[in-house]
Amino acid sequence: MIHSISLTVNGMRREIELNDPRVTLLDLLRERLHLTGTKKGCDRGQCGACTILVDGKRINSCLALAVSHDGAEIVTIEGIARGEELHPLQAAFVACDGFQCGFCTPGQIMSAIGLMSEGQAGDDPERIREGMSGNLCRCGAYAGIVEAVLEAQASQTEVKQGRSA
Amino acid sequence: MKMFDYVKPATLAEAVAAAAQPGAAYLAAGTNLLDLMKGGISRPDCLVDVSHLPGLDRIEHLPDGSVRIGALVSNAGLAHDTEFANSYPAVAEALLSGASAQLRNAATVGGNLLQRTRCAYFYDSASRCNKRDPGSGCDARLGENRLHAVIGWSENCIATHPSDFCVPLVALDAVVEIEGRGGRRELPLEELHRLPEGTPERDTVLEPGDLIVAVRLPPAARGFAAHARYLKIRERTSYAFAVVSAAAALQVENGKITDARLALGGVAAKPWRARAAEQVLKGAAPEAGRFREAAEAAVVDAKPSGDNAFKIELARRVIARALTLAAAGTPARMPALPASPFASSSGALHA
Repeated sequence: MIHSISLTVNGMRREIELNDPRVTLLDLLRERLHLTGTKKGCDRGQCGACTILVDGKRINSCLALAVSHDGAEIVTIEGIARGEELHPLQAAFVACDGFQCGFCTPGQIMSAIGLMSEGQAGDDPERIREGMSGNLCRCGAYAGIVEAVLEAQASQTEVKQGRSA
Repeated sequence: MKMFDYVKPATLAEAVAAAAQPGAAYLAAGTNLLDLMKGGISRPDCLVDVSHLPGLDRIEHLPDGSVRIGALVSNAGLAHDTEFANSYPAVAEALLSGASAQLRNAATVGGNLLQRTRCAYFYDSASRCNKRDPGSGCDARLGENRLHAVIGWSENCIATHPSDFCVPLVALDAVVEIEGRGGRRELPLEELHRLPEGTPERDTVLEPGDLIVAVRLPPAARGFAAHARYLKIRERTSYAFAVVSAAAALQVENGKITDARLALGGVAAKPWRARAAEQVLKGAAPEAGRFREAAEAAVVDAKPSGDNAFKIELARRVIARALTLAAAGTPARMPALPASPFASSSGALHA
């Protein structure tokens, strides 16, 4: 049986015919839409490498069935830069050495975007560490990751203050 | 993963009819179910997707002072609902101490209640497990079992229920609303999960087709908001299941405890309400000696199921500490490390 779904992926509407209900959002993105920025680490919701935004919220795409997400709006790591201009979190990860091998980085950045929009952590490093605990980094770049989130948070606050001034 | 049929019912009645068929299972977010299906632990023939059913994603604060939480409300959506978190702070703290932010965004209230044990032998299809394969035996019983149950276990199964959310809920007399083949009924949460006895394959008393549609907290549950905490000992600071946890809620007037609620997590196949301990606390002054007496009463029937006698002493200490924290008062803001025993201050270092 074919299941027809439509998704908006990084702003582009995609009509998708699924011939297998077992396909996860992760496998759909990587294998069928060829958006391989989202990584498959554990494939069991433990590492966070597959983190994407679904309807604005960060989730593990490995534990989400595509067929169940008809109509969803999806943002992946490929959809956050504006052309050549990096997203502030991408720039902060570069500036702060928020990675070594880079495999977990797309998930870390998507998770950090989710964290900042949730607004629970602010500029408290401990709340950032807690809020990012669903993203593992086997290179151990955690110190740089927290620094990158703090930097992005600070520049966002500056931009907001600049606008309101 | 085994192939399955996928159906997306438009109404509750259609969902119940579809899920009552042999081999059918409900799908909400799927954060636990898909994990189980990938491991071949759950092998449904048909998934009945209820994630889009209308009307099940609301938090309703009712005129009588109770709250009704739709089964499809996400764990994060509930924990961050300001009125809910202010009224039931131990429930919010428990939710935020569970899983990761990504999982909490997806996982639902109903799914949290019905998640399966994380016993490693249940997950390992090469091991014998009476819960996964009835009658095959229990390799946990003589295996690596330091994290297993110390209350209510049987020779057939020593698994624990993994939910944090359920622990304060059961302490606060939560009620579960169920839609089934015979219509709507309700059940105290305390009666939803089963102890293993001879049939550990049945986690709950639910019948085929039964769908949890809401969880309700009665009006009295709000009365504990000023003195309610959840405390959870984990093997790492965040993103880990409880070794032992406790939800403690008190009402204190004129230096006396007028009402007390206590429940434990990580110790049994169900969230464990410690009523005997509550009786010890009622009418007493909130002080350390009485908290230790209550802790003793809570574990009087506990016994090790293996290499886990330490969990009984740990439970005593977690209870005494949770009661001490509750007596000190609910913090104005959610702690940076929810339910953690580690003192938290801005900039504190944790590995």
